[in-house]
Amino acid sequence: MAEERRFRSASGAPIALRRRQHSASCRELAVRGPRLQLRSLSAATSAVWLAAYGLFALSENSMVLSAAIFVTLIGLIIYLHFVKIDQESLLVIGSLGIQVTSSYASGKESTTFIEMGQVKDVVINEAIHMQKVIYYLCILLQDPEDPQGVSEVVPLFQSSKPRLDCLIEVYRSCQEILEQRKTAPQSS
Amino acid sequence: MVLKVFFPSCCSSADSGILIGRWISEQNSAVILAVVHFPFIPVQVKQYLGEVQRVTKVSVSVLGSWSNSKQEKEESLSEFLEDLGTIFCHEPWIQISKEGDSKFWSCSTLQKHSKDPQEEEIVLVYYDQRKVMLSHLHPPLDTAGQRAEDASKLSAIFDTVARSRLLFMTDRYDEGPIKLTHWQSDGVEASIIVELMKQASVPACMLLTFLLSLLSGVCRSRVLKFWPLSFLWSKLSTCEQLGHRLQHLQVISSNKKAQNQNQLMRKANIFVSVLIDVALGILLMSWLYRKNRIGHLADTLIPVADHVAEELQDLLQWLMGAPAGLKMNRALDQVLGRFFLYHIHLWISYIHLLSPFIEMILWYVGLSACLGLTVALCILSDIIALLTFHIYCFYVYGARLYCLKIYGLSSLWRLFRGKKWNVLRQRVDSCSYDLDQLFIGTLLFTILLFLLPTTALYYLVFTLLRLLVVIVQGLIHLLVDLIDSLPLYSLILRLCRSYRLAAGVKFRVLEQQDGKPLRLLMQINPLSYGGVVQTYRLPTYSCYPRDSWASLCKKLFLGELIYPWKHKGEKQN
Repeated sequence: MAEERRFRSASGAPIALRRRQHSASCRELAVRGPRLQLRSLSAATSAVWLAAYGLFALSENSMVLSAAIFVTLIGLIIYLHFVKIDQESLLVIGSLGIQVTSSYASGKESTTFIEMGQVKDVVINEAIHMQKVIYYLCILLQDPEDPQGVSEVVPLFQSSKPRLDCLIEVYRSCQEILEQRKTAPQSS
Repeated sequence: MVLKVFFPSCCSSADSGILIGRWISEQNSAVILAVVHFPFIPVQVKQYLGEVQRVTKVSVSVLGSWSNSKQEKEESLSEFLEDLGTIFCHEPWIQISKEGDSKFWSCSTLQKHSKDPQEEEIVLVYYDQRKVMLSHLHPPLDTAGQRAEDASKLSAIFDTVARSRLLFMTDRYDEGPIKLTHWQSDGVEASIIVELMKQASVPACMLLTFLLSLLSGVCRSRVLKFWPLSFLWSKLSTCEQLGHRLQHLQVISSNKKAQNQNQLMRKANIFVSVLIDVALGILLMSWLYRKNRIGHLADTLIPVADHVAEELQDLLQWLMGAPAGLKMNRALDQVLGRFFLYHIHLWISYIHLLSPFIEMILWYVGLSACLGLTVALCILSDIIALLTFHIYCFYVYGARLYCLKIYGLSSLWRLFRGKKWNVLRQRVDSCSYDLDQLFIGTLLFTILLFLLPTTALYYLVFTLLRLLVVIVQGLIHLLVDLIDSLPLYSLILRLCRSYRLAAGVKFRVLEQQDGKPLRLLMQINPLSYGGVVQTYRLPTYSCYPRDSWASLCKKLFLGELIYPWKHKGEKQN
């Protein structure tokens, strides 16, 4: 069963949270950010081409124009493939682990899988980001030597930066599944 | 607890039979390796599994039953399969059944000796057996060297499949008593080219080892150890590069099989690197010798050297006048200027003496580019070093003079203030001087101080020239190191067969149906290109820069000689 709700990100942009429950111990939570706007794309392209045309009028060198087209194309490809993240999703499988996926606008997906044995807890933390204080969800990884210690903090949803209400929903869903592993008989 | 069943996707269409694999009780997961078909004799199956266990050290056992019925469910078959559970007693006994072409299988477990008979959830994870078998898991760098019992759960699965290669040798079409289905059931894969190359590589390696041992014997002979020659070899970077390549070739041609993945990848990387290097070198050589470009190069070498010498002469004339409006001490200026001008004159005479032989030397030296592009680049760097030898000499003279002056000044400054450097205690102590000592000291101090700008200017100019040459040589060496250390085979493997280098796994949730177990697909998450380069970089022989920026500036200020690119294994001076 899937449900989708709308929220806002830390900077005010509209984002959507989609929750799917695949089974009793498997849940998928996906946060989708705003798509690439045609407005901003055309604004950026026109600005670059106007500047190139101005340079061409000054220098009478037609290489400037072809260089501007080349730069625009390459810049767009790099932006779509490496910078613009469309959707960030969290797949929690109770007995296996947590999988974090970022899908880029060009279709590329970058995935990290963290095994359940390494996960200590999933918490909401505060951070100072530029001039704001924002909340973010993070996974705490267990330190192998020290059972009470935390070896690494993996922040989630870094590009969409949802606000606290959305984070609370995600946190509750994760905790329901993480609690199951505490009630299950532990075999070391 | 949740029961995880790792099922190979190649067995999805297999006929009914029993499942064999490994049961990992700590993780409550079953890794299925193959399906044994009917008819079989249980005793023979147990015997076969015992043998496999002995050879591969993987605890393979019968885990459950698999029924693939094309028509409706047969009651008798299911009872028969349950009875099998009593013959091969395994706790828990897994029963998977597939009806027709349905994607959704029913999976159940039979627990006879469990204390609380509750219905536990079953997760079915499909994996590509061939890819998991061939893949090599790379743990993150900071956890390298952890204890074995804390090894990640996924690496246990990868390990199990990789070590069970013996199991995959026989399959259902063989004439034995056991008929298995696994990834080889579509046809045993082998490549004729690979097999032929494996056969041919043994005598080739032996021949190469023999030649290399001859070569290294010659290199180590006493004749080459005499002082002028050994000094020359240590200074020329070409010899270092050739020695490095010789070492590489020795590694490739050794007879010992690679023990683990790292050694295998290193050998393959060295082999591909040497091959590409030689190919590029031969390409360069063919380009140089076509249209007699080498002749043109030799013809332009002497005029270029002449031009450099003329520029230096102009520079010195400028320094001897009033450079940048500064007023120099005329006498010292003239002495230094004439000294350096005479040096340039000597250098030009030597170059002109060599000019008839340059073309022939260059022609033969250019032939050695066939040993590799790196050797050609090293030769270029050495030629630059030889052609700018006079700049190096000037730098040394200027630096020594400046250094002496600075030390003299600092010592006389201490005398001026009535102090002395205590060598025993390594500190500055007060000291009472006689009047004539003070008088002479102050006089000398004044002389040195007023001569400082002249010497400093000469030092500055020649240091800048030397730094320019050093930067050019450094860039060439950087390129050589890049070619030496880049793991090309690993990068090509990452590009073409990305499942071989795994950073981890990723799961995809497949279509679900209520009441049926959770279906997941486990795929291999390949290592990033940066990770590949970092893990499989070949070690190089140079480490640079030797000094940090602060100590470099300090040395420049004090006039100590700088050698920014230092090679490993050279004595520190």
